[in-house]
Amino acid sequence: MPVQYSGLVDEHHTVRKAVGLFDVSHMGEIEIRGREALRATSFITTNNTAGLKDGQVHYSGLLYDHGGFVDDILVHRVSATDFFLCVNAGNQEKDFEHIRAAVASFDCEAEYASPKYAQIAIQGPLALATAQPLTETLLAPIRYYWFVDGTFAGVPARIARTGYTGEDGFEIYVAPENAASVWAAIMASGAPHGIKPCGLGARNTLRLEAAMALYGHEIGASISPLEAGLNWIVKFDKGDFIGRDALLRQRETGLTRKLAGFEMKGRGIGRDGYEVHIEGAPVGWVTSGSPSPTQNRNIGLCYVPSDRAAVGQKIEVIVRNQPVEAELVPTPFYKRPQ
Amino acid sequence: MNYPESYFYTKEHEWVSVSGEIATIGITDHAQHELGDIVYVDLPKAGSHVDKGRTFGSVESVKAVSDIYSPVTGEVVEANEMLADKPQELNADPHETAWLIKVKLEGDNDLSGLMNAADYSAYAGAEG
Repeated sequence: MPVQYSGLVDEHHTVRKAVGLFDVSHMGEIEIRGREALRATSFITTNNTAGLKDGQVHYSGLLYDHGGFVDDILVHRVSATDFFLCVNAGNQEKDFEHIRAAVASFDCEAEYASPKYAQIAIQGPLALATAQPLTETLLAPIRYYWFVDGTFAGVPARIARTGYTGEDGFEIYVAPENAASVWAAIMASGAPHGIKPCGLGARNTLRLEAAMALYGHEIGASISPLEAGLNWIVKFDKGDFIGRDALLRQRETGLTRKLAGFEMKGRGIGRDGYEVHIEGAPVGWVTSGSPSPTQNRNIGLCYVPSDRAAVGQKIEVIVRNQPVEAELVPTPFYKRPQ
Repeated sequence: MNYPESYFYTKEHEWVSVSGEIATIGITDHAQHELGDIVYVDLPKAGSHVDKGRTFGSVESVKAVSDIYSPVTGEVVEANEMLADKPQELNADPHETAWLIKVKLEGDNDLSGLMNAADYSAYAGAEG
């Protein structure tokens, strides 16, 4: 996946206004199958796995015992005995080792399934119009974060209404040998809608506007979902899961730091790793930052002390040794019109 | 892409054009393309000093910030003020109107270590 094709900003606007196509085949897949696949998946992830219906997807956390992230993942329930996990490319081997060890005591098998799948994401308000002519499966009734197994562009496909852009769209999983023909079919079907191939650069600005976390930035091995503001994927009452005790302790003692959105007020862009100061003292760091092509302001996410994380808090971001004024603002920065 | 024959080019993708004792410095078309949509250009003020091989400013695009290195030593006589308001011009016309600074050369400014247009074109092409 290149950083850009026609240009990052052009690709970004294309996804917000029409439809863009992303080759995200680098993403990893892990399958958990067997009699106790549901219990095992529930034990290794933070979200309420038992609440998923067949054909439903949710965002979840894969944690270490100490409460930090192994990875953030999408869990697809094919059936009670078959779960399909989409994981980050850079973490897939580590994830698989972690999962295999963790599910060993359950009656199920974990398979490293990445070689079986390519993934193509069709994203934008015209994603439905682009995708529908390519399948007999009716796509409009598929709700956000649900999926259907069917045929797409003439080949077997898993069609999920998911994405990482803040727009409507579909993520299509096909066998790698079919990926090129599926890509070409989508480009042809989307041509009347102005479809463009999109790169890693636009993927990052789109997900940042939607305030979606990126592993290695907002989340990582030393960061818990509570700190990252992902309380909604942590279901303490679902029973035991890896990392639960550590998160309970963290909840009781209180958080020392929290993820917050910011907007630059002075001239400059707060980039990943830049220091965050409050009243001249270092208090945190920027996890992601960029101009927002949709909103024409410079935005970002940062960690700050939890008692200084309220919207309206003045901060300074250190841009090449110069403090530049910024302010904490609500997230997501962008929400698609309903 | 056409790289002007009369310019010299650095491995860091700057160009320099010398006329008498004044050198004009910019970034190449390859550089602007790699950076993508440029949003800020930070340049030194007239009267400040630049040193060969040292950074004198930065160009920031949506995706990254990149230092700019001076191919020559001398005193800045003019910075391109247009770029403060219209940084996107650097994407549109990096070899002509969107030059960065003009420098009055000082001391020995041997440009023989730089690439000519043909060599740079091959170098940038190989980098992809």
